[in-house]
Amino acid sequence: MTESGSTTPTPVPEGPTRPGPAEAGGKGRFSRRTWINLGLQLAALVLAFLLTSVVLLVAGAPPFQAYIEIAKGAAESFTDVSNVLVAWVPLLLASAGVLVTFAAGLWNIGVEGQIVLGAVLTTWVLRLLMATSLPPSLIIVLAMLAGILGGALWAALAGVLKTFGGVNEIFGGLGLNFVATALTLWLIFGPWKRPGIGSMSGTEPFPEQLGLPTLAGERLSLWSLALGLLAVIFVYILLERTHAGLRLKAVGLNRRAAFLLGVPTWQYALLAFFVCGGLAGLAGAIQVTAVYHRLIPSISSGYGFLGLMIGMLIAYRAIWVAPVALFFAALNIGSIQLPIVLKLDSTLSGVLQGALVLLVLLVEGARQRYLRRSRTRAV
Amino acid sequence: MEVRLTDIRKHFGPVRANDGITLTVAAGTIQGILGENGAGKSTLMKILSGFQPADSGIIELDGRLVRMRSPADAIRHGVGMLHQDPLDFPPMKVVDNLLIGAPGRIVPRRREAAEAVAALAASFGLALDLKAEVGSLTVGERQQLELIRLLWLGARVLILDEPTTGISADQRGELFDTLRRLAAQGKTVLFVSHKLEEVQELCMRVAVLRQGRLVGEALPPFRVDNLVNMMFEREVSLGDRYACAPGKTVLRLSGLGAEHGRIRFEGLNLEVKEGETIGLAGMEGSGQSLLLQTCAGLAPPISGRVQLVGADLTGKTYRQFKRRGVAYVPATRLEEGLIPGLSLAEHFLLTEKKSGIFINKERGRRIADERIAQFNIKGTPANTVESLSGGNQQRALLALVKPGSKLLLLEQPTRGLDVESVIYLWSKLKERCRGREAIIFTSSDLDELLRYSDRILVFFAGRISGPFQAASTTVEELGHLIGGGSASDGTGPCVAVDGAAVGGAGTDVAGTPVAGGLYD
Repeated sequence: MTESGSTTPTPVPEGPTRPGPAEAGGKGRFSRRTWINLGLQLAALVLAFLLTSVVLLVAGAPPFQAYIEIAKGAAESFTDVSNVLVAWVPLLLASAGVLVTFAAGLWNIGVEGQIVLGAVLTTWVLRLLMATSLPPSLIIVLAMLAGILGGALWAALAGVLKTFGGVNEIFGGLGLNFVATALTLWLIFGPWKRPGIGSMSGTEPFPEQLGLPTLAGERLSLWSLALGLLAVIFVYILLERTHAGLRLKAVGLNRRAAFLLGVPTWQYALLAFFVCGGLAGLAGAIQVTAVYHRLIPSISSGYGFLGLMIGMLIAYRAIWVAPVALFFAALNIGSIQLPIVLKLDSTLSGVLQGALVLLVLLVEGARQRYLRRSRTRAV
Repeated sequence: MEVRLTDIRKHFGPVRANDGITLTVAAGTIQGILGENGAGKSTLMKILSGFQPADSGIIELDGRLVRMRSPADAIRHGVGMLHQDPLDFPPMKVVDNLLIGAPGRIVPRRREAAEAVAALAASFGLALDLKAEVGSLTVGERQQLELIRLLWLGARVLILDEPTTGISADQRGELFDTLRRLAAQGKTVLFVSHKLEEVQELCMRVAVLRQGRLVGEALPPFRVDNLVNMMFEREVSLGDRYACAPGKTVLRLSGLGAEHGRIRFEGLNLEVKEGETIGLAGMEGSGQSLLLQTCAGLAPPISGRVQLVGADLTGKTYRQFKRRGVAYVPATRLEEGLIPGLSLAEHFLLTEKKSGIFINKERGRRIADERIAQFNIKGTPANTVESLSGGNQQRALLALVKPGSKLLLLEQPTRGLDVESVIYLWSKLKERCRGREAIIFTSSDLDELLRYSDRILVFFAGRISGPFQAASTTVEELGHLIGGGSASDGTGPCVAVDGAAVGGAGTDVAGTPVAGGLYD
């Protein structure tokens, strides 16, 4: 708007038209706005539950009891809690990863396939080295590094397709997801099939010493938990505190201007793919070394797509990854009980998660519209 | 249709874009709306055409109170706006463009529409090729298309926002004839401009806005100094000429040729010295931007060589040019120049030399504070760039260009700025010239070109003439060249040929310190 040309001798007060983040026009107003935002987010949550309840009622199930069952399924016993944490780790990794690509303005739909490739390369290195005399811990480290590299390269492939081939990363990623799935199936039923006959249950399980140590009697490995949390911290610091993160954001917000200002844009876009793919590959590696101890057909379990949803839900703010991913993990694990207790499909958690993302985005859109209106009306 | 606006107010934050404007325009009038940048003209017209709601105030058409919530609403009430940049759909055919926005059935009635529109166009003596693709039309033709479209949709009030920018003199003449014919039919025309001589030529009444208020109205014969006083309330001077003492050669172009789309030039030879300023004149889209981009390494030349301080950079990348001290500042500030969403401090962190892996926010703030003071930017380090006004964005853009460059390439550096910002910006640029930096800039403002350049190249349809010494060239000569005249004709008494870029070419204005084109 040229009307705000503050260099004309107008009696315009000093300062910008809009309050920047630093000064929000008095403390009282600032906290009020924070409360309003919090209230709106809660409203979205309530609406998501209402919407899911409607779905449940249509399906002829009692909603309230279903939610109780989900809560029980997620937190009734120590095993439940540990299972939630087991699901939390790949979600942390995938969501932290997609935050990096989101920051660079990229839709890394291929994160699913990157998890798969991480799992495949981890399995490959484990198979390759299991018969050697190397110490098991070294084999595990090498295998996981291979997994990270596998995911990163698979992501870089999508990036290269975009940068040099002009293929939109959404299409490239989607295609590579299919390729990754086909690759696992071929490996499981072909070269890596169990002695005798290949089956959907996956490859031959690895001996126990080739897995990450888990808590007694549980599937939870403190190692993987630590890796997941470290990944979130890493991404937070990368995006908020480093020059590389600032440049990634610059590329994401205005690629042309970033280029003209001297940022090597395609290199940073590839870097974003590489980092995200590495984290996704690590998730795949953890699924193999700590959870399944073998390669199974659906090793990624949809965690990549869930990670994308979490990224949208938290509006790309790294600080929210951990709690929201935990909530999603709890929903996933909690709903496993549903088919047994209520004869409901466990995909109910998916309905709830989808409704939540949609409604939060909707509420956020409405909020911004309202803000714009009140801004033009104010003064 | 009579238009009556009463006490229209529109505020953007603390800025009062429209501060209680009351204006009545009788049917059959061509009403001029004059004012410098930021006076509130565009805001008022956007309110009248339904693009944005007023905070308060009343709009009456033929005495009937109307509320307009959208442009579609406005056109239903008979108000249509012709925008500065044509709002059409380039890859579509003309006839399909007409059908968009027309109320109609699911299956568009192409043939009926085409016949009706052809008849309408013919009645105004305009030839519109309905089968052509919009992308292949000139700006002037697209404007005619838009005008016909609005009339076909039943517009009885036509708003034209700076309609003569970028069209040829012939097209301007046609446009003015059409507008006069429309007024004779009882249609109301609101003609927004800051070019005095056009308003003088066309309008039956003029309203002058300043700082969001209506400061006066005038009837013909208009007195230029009177209008100028109303617009600015002060004498305007661009400041003294600053001539440099050129040093060594910075840039040498030999036999340079470049091509982009339909724009193409060839065989350009030019040497630019340290501290020198070269102005590129010509209608927009005549190849000036292409030359800048070729000099920045953004567009590879098709022939010839580009040498910077002796080193041959032909075919090298933008980043290599940049490393060698070439700074390119694009015309579109928020599209190409700055990064909306990032703060001023983050912009400086982005362009300064990195220190380690981690960001030193304190350092960012310090640099930003320094540059904000140095470039007189109204804003804080934490302000995002999109929250700044246009003038301040332009200052920020310039503040991002590190001192100690060798060659500054500026595309339309003062477009959309008010005169004080222009003067301030150039005082900063000339400081750089004194620091031995060379400048090449494009502008559509003849006074600016003549005032601040040492030499001027004139672009006309891919032909480059000059360089001319700015000190010994007059506005008339330059205007003549831009319109396609040759240099030798320029010495005789000449007439302004071109409608778009020529500001001061009208004899009425030439003598006053203000020439219309300055405020482009």
